[in-house]
Amino acid sequence: MTDQSKEILLDVRNLRKYFPIQKGFLRRVVGHVRAVDDVTLYVRRGETLSLVGESGCGKTTTARCIVRALKPTSGQILLRGPDGVVDLAPLPKRQLRPWRRHMQMIFQDPYSSLNPRMTLFDIVSEPMLVNGIKDRQTRMDRVAELLQLVGLRPEYMRRFPHAFSGGERQRIGIARALALNPSLVIADEPVSALDVSVQAQILNLLLDLQAQLGLTLLFVAHDLSVVKHISERVAVMYVGRIVETAPTPTLFAAPKHPYTEALLAAVPKPDPDLKGQRMLLEGEVADPANPPSGCYFHPRCRYALDLCRTVTPQQEEVAADHFVSCHRARELTLRGVKRT
Amino acid sequence: MAIQTQQPDAEERISLATQWQLIWWRFRKHTLAQIGAVIVILFYLVALLADFLAYSDPTYVEAQRSLLPPHGIQWFDDGKFAPFVYGLKGTRDPVTFKRVYVTDTSQKYPLRFFGKGFEWKFLGFKFDRHLLAVEGAPAEEVLFLLGTDSLGRDLWSRLMYATRTSLTIGLLGVTLSLFLGILLGGISGYYGGPLDTFIQRVIEVIRSIPTIPLWMGLGAALPREWSVTQVYFAITVILSLIGWTELARVVRGRFLSLREEDYITAAELAGCSQLRIIFRHMVPSFLSHIIAATTLAIPAMIISETALSFLGLGLRPPAVSWGVLLQDAQNVQSLAISPWLVIPTIPVIVVILSLNFLGDGLRDAADPYG
Repeated sequence: MTDQSKEILLDVRNLRKYFPIQKGFLRRVVGHVRAVDDVTLYVRRGETLSLVGESGCGKTTTARCIVRALKPTSGQILLRGPDGVVDLAPLPKRQLRPWRRHMQMIFQDPYSSLNPRMTLFDIVSEPMLVNGIKDRQTRMDRVAELLQLVGLRPEYMRRFPHAFSGGERQRIGIARALALNPSLVIADEPVSALDVSVQAQILNLLLDLQAQLGLTLLFVAHDLSVVKHISERVAVMYVGRIVETAPTPTLFAAPKHPYTEALLAAVPKPDPDLKGQRMLLEGEVADPANPPSGCYFHPRCRYALDLCRTVTPQQEEVAADHFVSCHRARELTLRGVKRT
Repeated sequence: MAIQTQQPDAEERISLATQWQLIWWRFRKHTLAQIGAVIVILFYLVALLADFLAYSDPTYVEAQRSLLPPHGIQWFDDGKFAPFVYGLKGTRDPVTFKRVYVTDTSQKYPLRFFGKGFEWKFLGFKFDRHLLAVEGAPAEEVLFLLGTDSLGRDLWSRLMYATRTSLTIGLLGVTLSLFLGILLGGISGYYGGPLDTFIQRVIEVIRSIPTIPLWMGLGAALPREWSVTQVYFAITVILSLIGWTELARVVRGRFLSLREEDYITAAELAGCSQLRIIFRHMVPSFLSHIIAATTLAIPAMIISETALSFLGLGLRPPAVSWGVLLQDAQNVQSLAISPWLVIPTIPVIVVILSLNFLGDGLRDAADPYG
C-alpha cells in the first residue's frame, strides 16, 4: 500500500517537548513532564500517517508542536515547501507566518474550535484574509466552494456556529483548514468528540477530500478501528515515544512491539467466542514526569529482560518502513489481529 | 451565488443571530433585571436633569425655616385641579422651645409646572425653568416637599443634586478602575509568568487591607483647602484604587480561559497577528463580561462614597451627595425630632438594589453560548 517512491513531505526528528513543573512562590522548576520525548517520524506526500496511543501519551502535544502551536524543547521539524525544506522547530513566531499556510490543523473539539461570535464566512475566510486575499467577493466565492466541498450549503455562510451540530461544526473546521490549500493537514482526533454515526461521515469526507485534493494527512487517534479504516501507515506512541511505526496491514497482522500487541488485543471485537483471548496490561501507564529507566514500557511488558530495565532501546528498521524500538523486536513473534 | 430570500422563520432567526442579539434575548427573560434597568435609567435622568427637577437653590440658607417637616401640595382648589401650597408660620413652643410650624390657610401660593425659579447653567447656557415653580413668592420660602435641614435648605432640591454627585462619582470611579483593571488584568492574563504572579500578589495585598481605615487615612490626607471639585476627583481616585482589583481579576480570568480555546490556536495557525487575535477574537468574547462586571462595580462605588461622606471623610459641604445629606441624620436627636432627614437612604437603597439586579441579569446573559 505504501509507495516508497513518494517524497517525504514532513520529517520530524528527535522532537522533544518538556513542560516544566513549577513549585512555590518563586516558581522554581522542580522537574519536567516529558510530554514528547524523542519522537521521530515522517509523512510522505499524499499518504495518511496515523499517530495512536493511550490518552496522555503525548499525541496531541506532538501534533501541536508540529504545527508550531507549541514551541518544541528540541528536535527538528522539516517541512518541504514549494521552495525547499525548512526546519520549523527553531523559528520564532514571526518567521513562522509564511509557513503556516502549508500546514493546517483540524481540532478535536468542534465546540471550542469555532469562534461563536463570528459567522461561517468570517471563520472560513479568516485564513485567506490574513494571508493577503482582501477582496470580499473572491473570498465569498472561495468560502462557498469550500462549504460545498465539505458537504454544507453555501447559503449557510451568514450563520453563526451555534446553529450547527457537532458533525456540521467539524465540517466547518475542515473547510477552514482547507482554505489556504495546505499540503499537510494535521487532524487531532477529529472524530472522537462526535457520535459514532457521524464519525463515519466525517472520516469518509476526509478520505474523499484526500483523494480529491491530494492531501497529506497526519491523523491523531486513539481508536484503532478508525485508524485501520483510513491510514496507510501507523505510528504507535507510548509515554512520549514512538514505539513502532509500520504500514497498516503489517502493524495489524504482525506487530513487533509488545505494546502494539497489547493495544491491538484491547480493540473490542464483535465476536463473543473471542472472549478468553483478551490480553490485559498490568500496572499503570508510566508517569511522564518520572519515567522508568531503560525501556519505558518494561514494567508492564511480559517479555521484559534485564537489558530492558537498564538500556533504552533505539529505533531500528526491521523491514521496509517498519521501525521498532524494542530490544527483542527480531526474536519475538507477537499476535496481531486477523484480517476481517 | 444564490442566497435564500424567503421569509426568515424562527430557526433562521436564531441561526443568524449575533452575540448581542442572543444576549438581548436572554436578558429579556430576566424580569427583575429589566425593572432594575428602568429604575437605573430613571435615576441617571434625575442626575442629568437635577437643576430642572429641583425647585429651590440647594445652597439657599434660611435659619428661620430650619428643620421644617415635609409640607404637602394641595392638588385641588374648590374641586378644580389647581395645585397650590399653603403658607407657613413659624413659632416657638413656649414650654419646650421647640420650633413649631403652623399652616396658614389664609395664604395660598399657586404652583406652576415648567415655571420660573432660580437660575441654573447647563453646557454654558442659562436657564430658569423648573418642573415645579411657585407663583407669588420665591420657592425657597414656601415649597418644602421633603422638609428642610438644620440650615433651612430644601431637602428635595438638595436630594436632586446629591443624586447627581453620588451617581456620577460611581460612574467616574468605575471608569478609572476599568482602565486600571483592563490594563493590569490584561497584562497579567496575557503574559502570565512572574509578572502575573506579581500583579496577583499586589491585588491580594490591596484587597486584604480593611477598606474603611484605608479610606479614612487617605480621606484625612486630603488637604482641607482643596476645592469641592478637587476633593470630588480625589475621592474617585481613592475609590478606584481598590475597585480596580476586582475588574482586573475578571479580565485576567477571561484572558486565561480564552488562551486555551482552540479557536485562538486556529487563528494563530491561520497566520493572524497578535493584535488581530486580541481585538478580533479575545476582546469581543469578554466585552459582555466586562460590562456585567462594571455594572456590579458601580453600586460598590456608590456605597463607598456614601459611607465615606457620611463619616465626614469624603465629600464635604458645600458639596452635596447622599452621604453628605445623611451626615445630618447622624444623631438620635435629629432622628427623633426630624425623621425626614433619613429620606436620602431610600434612593441609596433603591439604586443599589436596581444596579445589583441589572448587573446580575447582565452577567447571566453575558455568555449566551455557555
